[in-house]
Amino acid sequence: MIELDLKSEGVRGVNSRLHSLPKNTNQRHWLLKNPQGQHAIACGLDGPFTVEIAGHVGFYCGGMNKEAEIIIHGHAGVGVAENMMSGLVRVTGNASESAGATGNGGLLVIEGDASSRCGISMKGIDIVVGGSVGHMSAFMAQRGNLVVCGDAGEALGDSIYEARLYVKGRAENLGADCIEKEMRAEHREELEKLLERAKIKAKVKDFRRYGSARQLYNFNIDHADAY
Amino acid sequence: MDTNIPRTVPRKSATFDDYTLSEIRRAASTGIYDIRGGGAKRRLPHFDDLLFLGASMSRYPLEGYREKCGTNVVLGTRFAKKPIELKIPITIAGMSFGSLSAQAKEALGRGASIAGTSTTTGDGGMTPEERGQSKTLVYQYLPSRYGMNPDDLRKADAIEVVVGQGAKPGGGGMLLGQKISDRVAQMRCLPKGIDQRSACRHPDWTGPDDLEIKIHELREITNWEKPIFIKVGGARPFYDVALSVKAGADVVVVDGMQGGTAATQEVFIEHVGQPTLACIRPAVAALQELGMHRKVQLIVSGGIRNGADVAKALALGADAVSIGTAALVALGDNDPRWEAEYEKLGSTAGAYDDWHEGRDPAGITTQDPELSKRLDPVLAGRRLANYLKVMTLEAQTIARACGKSHVHNLEPEDLVALTVEAAAMAQVPLAGTSWIPGK
Repeated sequence: MIELDLKSEGVRGVNSRLHSLPKNTNQRHWLLKNPQGQHAIACGLDGPFTVEIAGHVGFYCGGMNKEAEIIIHGHAGVGVAENMMSGLVRVTGNASESAGATGNGGLLVIEGDASSRCGISMKGIDIVVGGSVGHMSAFMAQRGNLVVCGDAGEALGDSIYEARLYVKGRAENLGADCIEKEMRAEHREELEKLLERAKIKAKVKDFRRYGSARQLYNFNIDHADAY
Repeated sequence: MDTNIPRTVPRKSATFDDYTLSEIRRAASTGIYDIRGGGAKRRLPHFDDLLFLGASMSRYPLEGYREKCGTNVVLGTRFAKKPIELKIPITIAGMSFGSLSAQAKEALGRGASIAGTSTTTGDGGMTPEERGQSKTLVYQYLPSRYGMNPDDLRKADAIEVVVGQGAKPGGGGMLLGQKISDRVAQMRCLPKGIDQRSACRHPDWTGPDDLEIKIHELREITNWEKPIFIKVGGARPFYDVALSVKAGADVVVVDGMQGGTAATQEVFIEHVGQPTLACIRPAVAALQELGMHRKVQLIVSGGIRNGADVAKALALGADAVSIGTAALVALGDNDPRWEAEYEKLGSTAGAYDDWHEGRDPAGITTQDPELSKRLDPVLAGRRLANYLKVMTLEAQTIARACGKSHVHNLEPEDLVALTVEAAAMAQVPLAGTSWIPGK
């Protein structure tokens, strides 16, 4: 494992080192020390590297990640793993707003809680949250899966498209066009795999599934009250 | 009844004019607000209300065709390692693949490249046709993040964070289902045929403090190479420009209410935002107050039609202008050759604005493969290049007449206004007086 000190090298220095790695490098395991809540740490990575961060990070850590495995040993600020394309981002603590926003692929695991707008406009990413999520989570979620092992805040899945939401705890207040849906065998199988990949222990039978009623997919004046 | 008594002629209301009456009937019949493309159509104070003084005793002109009048502009000199240099100060505004056909996007890239300027993606991502044909391509970073990915981000020559646009400051977008082809649906990660809403706010930042951090992230991902533009609608140009500078913009784009959109509510287009003319001086004042005029470049858009408009915008302090609607017209939009088909659609050449319906006879604002084929991207690109060349020559003509060896040397002192409103907005004297309203 190669160590880099974010305090002495700065975010620019560290990101520059990681961005310059060829995909076939042997330098595959990195430890970033002293993050001190700095922003944009390990964003834009593009390759099968493992980057561990020893401490709390600021905004947009792991943003637009491709292929890399990023493990944050602490809490994460706004927009962790935003627009991720592939790979894995794991937060051992809690995550702030907009975790996994607009993500296209890969897996985001938040072992603690996630704040509001978790999975907003998600486009194919899978997100597994060990705790609860805040209000407006999965707002306009297009594709992918959001698994919440705790409770979901207000207006879950507002204006949702084709994303699938699995909630173990309470999700009493659903957003516009979001409804509870039947949990079929295919969904149980999918959820089982997601929990396994995320290394989060929970029983599939305890979850409920939510998704789009597809009533707002094409504008209809008679549905104006729903907006 | 005495038929010899003179009768007054029927008098229509100026308030309830024919358009207003027809809109009331349409609304009563459908229950849906009117959606259309384009920018504000109402009469507004505009560049036509300004005149250049030209040279005379106190300053002397440059010889047309003989003495050089530069037109180049460098954008992104504040922080970016690789600023972009354009031959002309007229760029092509962001218009999405989805709202426009692939052929139209390719034609915009071709025309811009021939003319030595940039074109801009739009809500929906970057297409290979557009990247391939655009020497300088600005990649828009929008609230929807449709098609956003780091590879395209790095392929771009500059990045434009879209906060708003002049046609609908504070509004999101809507691409109606009829324009969602397989390809558009795939690029936007949504099912075919459903309405695609573009959010009005970004999903992972709120306000200028957050935007500063977001821009930091974009710079990190692109190795601090790309100029970062921030585009705002003409709402509060002084504060919006000042906050854009604070957030770390290399370039600020201010889009007035004549700036077009692919589709939004008519009431939004006509009643929200400020005219382009009213936006420029406050934007420049913000830059000057911060000591950033010419260091952070200002691009102005919304209703730019000819070289005179270009020259006037530059004289008021812009570094460049951007065109959208005019570029589409140059490609062939609203061309009278399609009049019979416009009539079938209940419109007429010059007024057709139902771009959201995807039935554009000119093959520009459509995803219909048969209609799209009508637009030859090579020929249309050439037409756009010609038009850009004419605009540049016109701006140079005016600049030389004002004694300027570069179009950026034009200044407010070269202008007067024809109306009190224009004088107040542009902060130049009313013609024949030394009076600038408010000063």
